[in-house]
Amino acid sequence: MTYWSWETFLEAFPIIFEGLKITLGLTVVSYLLALTAGFIWLILESTPSRVFNFIIYWIREFIRSTPPLVQIFFLYFAWPMVPYVGTSFTPFVAAMLALGIHFSTYISEVYRSGIESVEKGQWEASTALNFSTRDKWMKIVLPQALPPTIPMLGNYLIILFKEVPLAATIGVVGILSIARSYGAQTWSYIEPLTIVAILFLVLSYPSALLIRALENKMNRRFEKKQKKVKVVE
Amino acid sequence: MEPIVQYKEIHKSFGDTHVLKGINLDIRPTEKIAIIGPSGSGKTTIIRLLMTLEEPTDGDIYVAGENLWKMDVKGKKKTANEKHLRSVRKDIGMVFQHFNLFPHKTILDNCVTPLVQVKKMKKDEAVDLSKQMLDRVGLSDKYEAYPSNLSGGQKQRVAMARALVMKPKIMLFDEVTSALDPELVGEVLQVIRDLAEHDEMAMILVTHEMDFALEIADRVLFLDDGVIAESGTADEVINKSDNPRLQEFLKRFRKEEV
Amino acid sequence: MFSSGVNILEYLSQGAWTTISIFLVSTLLAFIMAFVAGLSRLVKNPLIRGFTTIYVEIFRGTSLIVQLFWLYYAVPMLFNINLGSNWWVGVIAIALNYGAYMSEVVRSSILSIDKGQTEAGIALNLSRFQRMRYIILPQALRLMLPEFGNYSIQILKGTALVSLIGLTDILYYGDIYRSSNLSEGPMAYMMVLIMYFIIALPLIWLSKKGEKISRRGVAS
Repeated sequence: MTYWSWETFLEAFPIIFEGLKITLGLTVVSYLLALTAGFIWLILESTPSRVFNFIIYWIREFIRSTPPLVQIFFLYFAWPMVPYVGTSFTPFVAAMLALGIHFSTYISEVYRSGIESVEKGQWEASTALNFSTRDKWMKIVLPQALPPTIPMLGNYLIILFKEVPLAATIGVVGILSIARSYGAQTWSYIEPLTIVAILFLVLSYPSALLIRALENKMNRRFEKKQKKVKVVE
Repeated sequence: MEPIVQYKEIHKSFGDTHVLKGINLDIRPTEKIAIIGPSGSGKTTIIRLLMTLEEPTDGDIYVAGENLWKMDVKGKKKTANEKHLRSVRKDIGMVFQHFNLFPHKTILDNCVTPLVQVKKMKKDEAVDLSKQMLDRVGLSDKYEAYPSNLSGGQKQRVAMARALVMKPKIMLFDEVTSALDPELVGEVLQVIRDLAEHDEMAMILVTHEMDFALEIADRVLFLDDGVIAESGTADEVINKSDNPRLQEFLKRFRKEEV
Repeated sequence: MFSSGVNILEYLSQGAWTTISIFLVSTLLAFIMAFVAGLSRLVKNPLIRGFTTIYVEIFRGTSLIVQLFWLYYAVPMLFNINLGSNWWVGVIAIALNYGAYMSEVVRSSILSIDKGQTEAGIALNLSRFQRMRYIILPQALRLMLPEFGNYSIQILKGTALVSLIGLTDILYYGDIYRSSNLSEGPMAYMMVLIMYFIIALPLIWLSKKGEKISRRGVAS
């Protein structure tokens, strides 16, 4: 009995590689949805009504603390049965919605931390200079709040990418799904699954290195800023 | 009398920077030495080498006749391992510029932990000894306080008590007052003065407190550009030397003090 | 509708023990892996360090579901060993995956402790082990707490994957219920989510508490 066949490996590789388009495509659209919905959470949680903010906070906490796999199943299998609003989604759309919304709950935290990192003095200064609310955000706060969040946002992109194969469970034909059906046909699972692992590693590891480098650069810049402040004192 | 510490042709480089360029120094067992010199001259590095916080690039340091950084293995010289370093540095204590107290332990435990762990002392014995030492530095009401609740001067006195309970034969002071607010310097210097007068151990002070150094030191070393440029009693170094670099250093220093 | 919700919860609770037992054991093992790997990446020996780095990067770089399937299909074939049961396959996959992530928390927390602490330890002649045990780790642990709290929630969410290798956990019973009562699908999955959330609540509370302790630690 052979445990590993290069022949199978080479045969399976191009077939599985084809699935990368779907896997990456799903990653990108889910991520865009998460980036957008992240803002929406932020707005919903800062309304004048404390009760409303509180409810939204716990809804977000609920989505964040429960398994994305169940959320995918919910949207794909159960949403069509929901009275009035129910409609059926294609597997791709169901997965996109579930993953996008799940990750938006994290992304909104990132936005929040970015905004909180802007010193209070900046707000006061822009009020003192009589900026409009719109200009305050667009010209003063966001340009300072967003850059430090870039590495964190990048990290979530990689984490999201690694959650995308969950979509295979409802039949989205990404690399994992192809690998499993290849295995089911040929009874060799190791090679196709190893190929999937390699593809993930090859794509996510260099991205992770890139983000770590970016993070270091950001940290250094931040430190320099602090030092300058001290000198001025 | 046999010297307790000997530096022989010590060199130290950090990357491309040659910090120490051949230090030769003998220290007698009860001698109080002050090292002065411009910043970046390698003062701190000298004592960090002795504390085994840095390894010399070249040369040998002997502590009580024992080679600190090299050990004999079947007649061959080898870089010291942890065990050898621990056996030689047991007689050395150090007080740091930034105190380096253990923030998660009370003042008392800062002193008790090394006694129990390193000296294998019984807990109640260690507590008694630590209290004695904390009393000596004037902190008898702070046993259960945490470092974050102390002033800088108090922290530095705890750091001294913590080093002293280990009964070192050589004490190293690394700019111990330069991180303190000016009004807190006096209380720390008073403790060192007391030690210098009453204790037998050898002391090496790296300091910017020029007057204090001159007052308590048996010998003053002026370190300049990685070598010991002047060495002698306070009087000899300050008043009788005609080394232009030293004169310049002293002049700049006096100006700052005024 | 309310009574049907309660009925479903009761039905799902058959799977609760599988979910909870896998969560507890894999969390425990993940912690052990995290400390072993985190500390191994800080030793001098390049072989140990290199090997650990490879483990950490592989498990962080691929995804849990891929690792789970890989172990499920490959381990019995490749090594001709049976991991005993799918329960262990699930536990080991989760533990290895999150152990790798959490080892980074251990490593970076240890590295973030001020160098002066190590130097003071050396000056007091504490051994390498004693410095780690009495000086560095107690301080680093505080920094790890909030991250550990977050990861415990991630682990709980990860356990839902074991239904894919045939384990009878909460999600498994949810699927069974839905397939026999199609119109109650939304309620069935909602109850599954609520059940996970109930288990997650103490973890959320713990990680909030950990954050507080950690902040206090940094201040002192």
